[in-house]
Amino acid sequence: MKKKSLAGFIQKFYVYIVLLVMYAPILVLIAFSFTDTKVIGTWNGFSLKLYASLFKNKDIMDATLNTFVVAFSSAVVSTALGTLGAVGIFYSGKRAKALLEGMGQIPILNAEIVTALSLTILFVFFGVRFNFITLLIGHVVLTIPFVVLSVRPKLMQMDPNIYEAAMDLGATPNKALMRVVLPEVIPGVISGFILSVTLSLDDYIITAFTRDTAYQTLSTYVYGITSKRGALPPSLRALTTMITLLALAVLLIANFRGKNAEGRKPKR
Amino acid sequence: MKDNNIIIELKNVSKHYGQTYAVEDFNLQVKKGEFVTFLGPSGCGKTTTLRMIAGFEVPTCGQILLNGRDISSLPPYERPVNTVFQRYALFPHLDVYDNIAFGLKLKRVEDENGKTRRLTRREITEKVRSALKIVDLEEYEDRDISTLSGGQQQRIAIARAIVNEPEILLLDEPLGALDLKMRKDMQLELKEMHKKLGITFIYVTHDQEEALTLSDTVVVMKDGMIQQIGTPEGIYNEPANAFVADFIGESNIYSGTAMGGLKVRFLGHVFDALDEFEKNEKVDVVVRPEDIKIVPAGEGQVSGRLVSKIFKGIHYEYLMMVGRSEVVIQDTKSLDIDREAGIIIEPDGIHIMAKELTANIYDDAYIDKNNNVVISERPFPCDVTQLVPGSTLDGEGYVIGPDGTVYDFTDADVKASIGLGDIEILDDVDAGEAQGSVVASIYKGDHYMLTVRTAEDEDFVLDTEYTYDEDDRVGIHVKPESIALTLKGEAKKYAKK
Repeated sequence: MKKKSLAGFIQKFYVYIVLLVMYAPILVLIAFSFTDTKVIGTWNGFSLKLYASLFKNKDIMDATLNTFVVAFSSAVVSTALGTLGAVGIFYSGKRAKALLEGMGQIPILNAEIVTALSLTILFVFFGVRFNFITLLIGHVVLTIPFVVLSVRPKLMQMDPNIYEAAMDLGATPNKALMRVVLPEVIPGVISGFILSVTLSLDDYIITAFTRDTAYQTLSTYVYGITSKRGALPPSLRALTTMITLLALAVLLIANFRGKNAEGRKPKR
Repeated sequence: MKDNNIIIELKNVSKHYGQTYAVEDFNLQVKKGEFVTFLGPSGCGKTTTLRMIAGFEVPTCGQILLNGRDISSLPPYERPVNTVFQRYALFPHLDVYDNIAFGLKLKRVEDENGKTRRLTRREITEKVRSALKIVDLEEYEDRDISTLSGGQQQRIAIARAIVNEPEILLLDEPLGALDLKMRKDMQLELKEMHKKLGITFIYVTHDQEEALTLSDTVVVMKDGMIQQIGTPEGIYNEPANAFVADFIGESNIYSGTAMGGLKVRFLGHVFDALDEFEKNEKVDVVVRPEDIKIVPAGEGQVSGRLVSKIFKGIHYEYLMMVGRSEVVIQDTKSLDIDREAGIIIEPDGIHIMAKELTANIYDDAYIDKNNNVVISERPFPCDVTQLVPGSTLDGEGYVIGPDGTVYDFTDADVKASIGLGDIEILDDVDAGEAQGSVVASIYKGDHYMLTVRTAEDEDFVLDTEYTYDEDDRVGIHVKPESIALTLKGEAKKYAKK
């Protein structure tokens, strides 16, 4: 009877156990961001000192700002290009479509190090100095295929005739695209944007290869310290907690918006 | 001379996609206010033609004239033409009102001072409301598209098109997605709407009944080519060829022979008819099932055996075997089957058409070095001695004339002709001289007339007793003596010195 109840317990809570294992490291980090000990493991009582020192640490604050600047600007560029690309691929001929779709997915399958290295070689070949623009291009290259991939299913769900219907009613190709096709794929565009931001936020390899060496993002900053076997400032725990909470907030908003859009009442 | 009543004219319009011809030499004049239907099986080019009128496709060659002005290369958004799409293509993110107002919001009109301006919100609302009234959905302004039924979406699609007051309304199988009952209702409404609005309608369908019910003029198409243009009565009663007869309504089609003086022989009997053809000319005879009367055995023109009977609601459909020919008959009386009976066909029930094809003619054939005739890039063994009367073949393959002249016909251009009955169809694809797939099959009472198309796009039309389905891969065999050859140019040219 007892044996059976154990199996039943595992059966019932299997998913929760998996989730717990997945989230345990983050939870530990979050918990220990509210104490001011140097090392994780000893609890020195509740304190917000780490948060206070975080905002005083100029290096961390600069790296954080840089990270978000790159993430958002590259996401804007790749969302715009990727959405247009997805629409272009969708409306192109059979053969071109198959070819473009295949080519668009190679960067996803390809090792990131290869992309990073080839970008570096390209920049060096053309004598370009590494600066913010090269870093931006690197991140756009990284994230664009994901935008295409997240817009594509929305296009496939769409009635392909609506583009022609809009032109039939007097819309120029541009207007037809903006007023009819774009509103249909906007959920895919938004998720492509969010995906781009998150991919760019935690990217290290491409960032390390294409940045100006003075330009630190969070990943290069952390890696820079650990590679020198230096001690990470405890205030990073506070930073990661804040980023996690931010991600959680974005997720909740996205979900809430999605539900809201479904039950949306038309208005005039 | 210009006929001002013609709103749109298609002149020699063709559309090619690479090697395939979607539409071939399409000529049509449509009068203002007419209801024209393009009718044909799928892939016949009817939708492509409609799309060229709408502006979604540019003709490969030819002209489309709207009120006398060439609009062939005008983009769709500059044409005074609106389309109702097959699957409606409504904008799901907009409600009913905004869907219908879409075109109006983009529209520019000229005011009294000759300046262009947008429509005011009031004008738009007025027009949207009146369009909704025409399609009987006045209360639906604020509804979301996804909450509408198929029939309602259909009406909104029509409202969205007619609200722009187009000169021509194009409808691409608009009723295809509706169930039968709804389709019937919508047909009536469309006809009513056409009358009320006075707009020219161009309608595409594969449903012959729909075409007959709705149209003033029906354009029957097959393989990108117009088969017949006429009124519904015209194409039903006087089909131009066996394809039209077969496609429009049910029909019995027989191979017959004109006997001269309004008489025609088919089903083993000489019938009186109303059409005169030259004596002994091979003809196709069409008899509609409702034009055949069943009489007691011995009293009819022809007798046969009633073998089956199906109740069809308003009538019974009988199948009679006359010798080896099938006769489909519709009669309201219930009769016993499995017995002998006679049939009578009145002269006005017999429609005679010149036979489309009595032989396959290949104009660009040539003789290869092995004395084969090459048709569609396939060598067929043939008798080359027929090119020079009284000649023989020597051991090396040269043709020796009666006067001893030696001819070498290698690469000679010839016209080859093969009778429909001389082509043998083989189930073993590789056994014959050529291979192809069946692209058409028309039942001719006691046999089928099949069209087999090779990979090189050459057609072999043949008669066979056996049933084949479209797209069946088959082989083709022709006996050497059945190929008639005519030399192009003088035989002297090929004489060896």
